[in-house]
Amino acid sequence: MDFAERIFGLYNYWIVILLMMVGFYVVMASRNLIKKIVGLSIFQTSVFLLYISIGKVRGGSAPILDKSIETYSNPLPHVLILTAIVVGVATVALGLAFVVRIKEAYGTIEEDEIHKQDEPGD
Amino acid sequence: MIEAHLPALQIVLPLVAAPLCVVLRDARAAWALTLLISWAALAIAIALLVKVLATGPITYELGNWLAPWGIEFRIDGVNAFILVIVSAIGAIVLPYAYASVKAEIDEERIYLFYCMYLLTLTGLLGIVITGDAFNIFVFLEISSLSTYVLVSLGRDRRAMTAAYQYLIMGTIGATFILIGIGLLYMMTGTLNLADLAKRVPPIAESRTVLAAFGFITVGTSLKLALFPLHQWLPNAYAYAPSTVSAFLAGTATKVSLYILIRFIFTVFGASFAFDVLPLDIVLPVLAVLAMFVASTVAIFQQDIKRMLAYSSIAQIGYMILGISFASVTGVAAGLLHIFNHALMKGGLFLALGCVMLRLGSVQIEDMRGLGQRMPVTMAAFVVGALSLIGIPLTAGFISKWYLVLAALEKGQWYFAVLIVLSSLLAVIYMWRVIEAVYFQPVPNTDAARNAREAPLSMLVPLWILIGANVYFGVETSGSLGVARRAAAMLLGAGS
Repeated sequence: MDFAERIFGLYNYWIVILLMMVGFYVVMASRNLIKKIVGLSIFQTSVFLLYISIGKVRGGSAPILDKSIETYSNPLPHVLILTAIVVGVATVALGLAFVVRIKEAYGTIEEDEIHKQDEPGD
Repeated sequence: MIEAHLPALQIVLPLVAAPLCVVLRDARAAWALTLLISWAALAIAIALLVKVLATGPITYELGNWLAPWGIEFRIDGVNAFILVIVSAIGAIVLPYAYASVKAEIDEERIYLFYCMYLLTLTGLLGIVITGDAFNIFVFLEISSLSTYVLVSLGRDRRAMTAAYQYLIMGTIGATFILIGIGLLYMMTGTLNLADLAKRVPPIAESRTVLAAFGFITVGTSLKLALFPLHQWLPNAYAYAPSTVSAFLAGTATKVSLYILIRFIFTVFGASFAFDVLPLDIVLPVLAVLAMFVASTVAIFQQDIKRMLAYSSIAQIGYMILGISFASVTGVAAGLLHIFNHALMKGGLFLALGCVMLRLGSVQIEDMRGLGQRMPVTMAAFVVGALSLIGIPLTAGFISKWYLVLAALEKGQWYFAVLIVLSSLLAVIYMWRVIEAVYFQPVPNTDAARNAREAPLSMLVPLWILIGANVYFGVETSGSLGVARRAAAMLLGAGS
């Protein structure tokens, strides 16, 4: 596998890695609770792409039972990732619900200000 | 007839009962249903353990789809043991929950609490019983999402930020596990754990499998709060409702530890993890750091629930240390400590729940002189503390004893010394509480002067768990025998 093949032939995996790192960085680095959730969502989406890439067979079509179709992509990773997408949606929804409640209780969604409010009681 | 379907019922019963709680909409009815289901789950788990010990592993094909295509439930000596631990804690905590939850959660939200409790139980039992890697992820998320909600139900507003923190860290951990499972599927084309165990070793040296192992190990370490990935745990345990702290301390991290054990020993094999990869150095170092750092931090906590949370992180260190010896004695000690720690920490958190109910606080200065006001509760706390420290005739002693034996067996005597030294730290932080409770005057506040003994519905479950600490500290053949057989099987399957 030469250099160009590594970069362009596997471009979807490079995108996966890029998105994964971007999402992971945003989760870790941002101090805003909503931005953290955005980062988490990007991080999870990169894994969805990873699974979808795994299932793809070059030249394969959709897995439909038809005589004209001989090679088809593996449907299992796609089905698996549907489940993971549902889980991801639930996670984001729950996370945002927490943010709403935190905003009600503290009046802010900046992590530093929340810590400052809690410190005297600690 | 029904006996053949016990593995499915173990999961289906709590799963179906959870939405029923929402339909019932009544606190008392939801509690009664949850009580019934959790005791049924315990009965099923015990029946499964007895059957596994008598006849060997049970497999159950869901929907009659044959493995490895269908999802398979596979119960052997290891997960049958963990199933009993999880469902036993779930069942013992529930009678206690009635009064405690009523005091700590708004009346109109109590039925939702029980719904979430059942979903957590479903998820935890599901992770343990299933023989399918992706299924582990699904059940992990069922249990995690409902756990975040349970934590957020605490009265303090900090419960909300703790739950948020837990959600972020937990999701990162679970996503790491998902990536690892995806990479394994990429290389082997199977998700069945038994099938993976056959197909992974020949290609174990490939970079993709190494990456998969890394992702799964780090992901589960986050979930089980291995030092230094533990930051979510202290707040989550400290601000969750008392019942939830007791339930989680005995089950959630233990189940994540089970995932790690399963992947290390069954799928990848002990020789791969400990000889090819440097887990035999990484794990003991982190474990020892957890034992010392977390115990030291625990000494300085004013909130006793938070102190116990830090102590949990230290205790997880003991379990990881046992597993990292990769010998039958070591792994058995680790498994035994999962069981014993569930008993002692569950009991201690239940005792604090009683204090919370009567005092409205678990700060150490508010608990001064409580020994006279709540003698039965505080006596239970003392027995639990002795077990945590590892005094002979308590369960905690047995697991630490086997841990020391495992260290000596390997010729690593310094670990034995470290285990004893870190136990001394436990003496210090537990003594602080006992000193305040028995040897200091009652503070001059209304809450402290009016504190009285907790109701019987809370004291009985508390003493069942505390009594179990003493019982399993004296009568060790049962728990130790099961743990030894499980460890022998794990290592036999792995090499």
